[in-house]
Amino acid sequence: MIKFKHSEITPEKIYNKRRSFVKSMGYSLGALTLNSIPLINANASNLNEATSYEDITTYNNYYEFGTGKGDPHRRAKNFTTRPWSVKIEGLVEKPLELPVEEVLAIKSEERILKLRCVEGWSMVIPWLGFSLSELLNKVQIKPAAKFVEFETIYNPEEMVGQRYPVLNWPYIEGLRIDEAMHPLTTVVTGLYGKSLPNQNGAPLRIFIPWKYGFKSAKAIVKIRLTKNMPNTAWKNASPREYGFYSNVNPEVDHPRWSQATERVIGESILAPRIKTLMFNGYGDEVAHLYNGMDLKKNY
Amino acid sequence: MKNYLKPFVFLLLLWPIYIISYQIIFNELGPEPVDRIINHFGEWTLIFIILTLSISPLRKLTNSTEWIKFRRMFGLFTFFYASIHMLSYVGLDYRFDFEPLINDVFKKKFIFIGFSAWLLLTLLALTSSDKMIRLLKHNWKKIHRLVYIIAIFGALHFIWLSKTIFFKPLIYSIIILILLSFRIKFRKKA
Repeated sequence: MIKFKHSEITPEKIYNKRRSFVKSMGYSLGALTLNSIPLINANASNLNEATSYEDITTYNNYYEFGTGKGDPHRRAKNFTTRPWSVKIEGLVEKPLELPVEEVLAIKSEERILKLRCVEGWSMVIPWLGFSLSELLNKVQIKPAAKFVEFETIYNPEEMVGQRYPVLNWPYIEGLRIDEAMHPLTTVVTGLYGKSLPNQNGAPLRIFIPWKYGFKSAKAIVKIRLTKNMPNTAWKNASPREYGFYSNVNPEVDHPRWSQATERVIGESILAPRIKTLMFNGYGDEVAHLYNGMDLKKNY
Repeated sequence: MKNYLKPFVFLLLLWPIYIISYQIIFNELGPEPVDRIINHFGEWTLIFIILTLSISPLRKLTNSTEWIKFRRMFGLFTFFYASIHMLSYVGLDYRFDFEPLINDVFKKKFIFIGFSAWLLLTLLALTSSDKMIRLLKHNWKKIHRLVYIIAIFGALHFIWLSKTIFFKPLIYSIIILILLSFRIKFRKKA
């Protein structure tokens, strides 16, 4: 489930054609079949099938550019991503300020990973990236460091959403050190073999496939090693609804959205919801990080 | 001319249906079509509540009673769009799978309040005919003041289902509060 070769993904064009075909079938048969379609599927959909480039790049939650799903695509077009540098600081022996070119020069690989949004939808995205641990190994983390904090750029001139108090800007996210060092925690540099579009978090973002999407901070300028648990943006906005861990967990409902099932982006009107998997299906890889923890309390 | 006005307005008020039909036919519902349909009719329900609540203030402001002719139509359209909104949630999203749905109604306050608003709207729709007006006499007015509560429920429904109040839930709530505040003033004068 973790990695596939590019050749195993359905090419974009064929995928889209198939989609519109299925959709048009769906509409004409819609009224007839609505009742005969089986209820919520037992298994997750085929993860080989990547979501289309168009959907991945036009349907985004990126509140720095507005709260609408289409806002980032429209408003991030002229976002300045050069010059850009990333500071790695805090409880480290060798703090660093890396020009983004140097980070992008680190060898990226294709990682097809599933994104599950806390709102109850999911995508499968062929990211380009590398493990965050590669970056963190450059700075010699001090033993006192327990958490990693990610900070998104604060640029209200270009990020119009930051002009309003929707969240406490800049956007802060964070992980426990062992989560951050896990090989699946990815520094994303691109998607679908291309450089990362602005609306998806250019020039650099983080991606943690077993956590709800909002944990994966975009347009990162600072990575700080800390002793205390970071005051992450959504937890700060509503601690009852969003926990620090925010692992995908079908058994812990969000007060407003059921987390038991999800809608697959790009599917037709008639496609049923699919069951959400514990840790978004990455349990074999990451469940051991939470041994002995009550995940209902540490949501 | 006058005979054509009502049918014309009726066809105009079907606007949300034209839009969604166009989007379905030309495949423009976007990446999350089910969500799009549910939200489309939810938002239009709020717009129709606002239109219905605007009639009385418009009557006072323009000193014309013409508006009142359309109030029932607006009200029934509110019920119509609220019903499609709810049915698309129950049918399209949850495939009439009632166990999680009932769970939702009791566990999620935004669903609870939305569903309550729809039940109240049903009551108003059922008592909207001339016959019912005659039958209920002065009680009719009292019952139909429930629309104020429905409007507040609708605004809360939108606020609670959104991740943040910015900006649409806030805008709709402000408009509804302004329209409701007209009622308070008018009653003081009377």
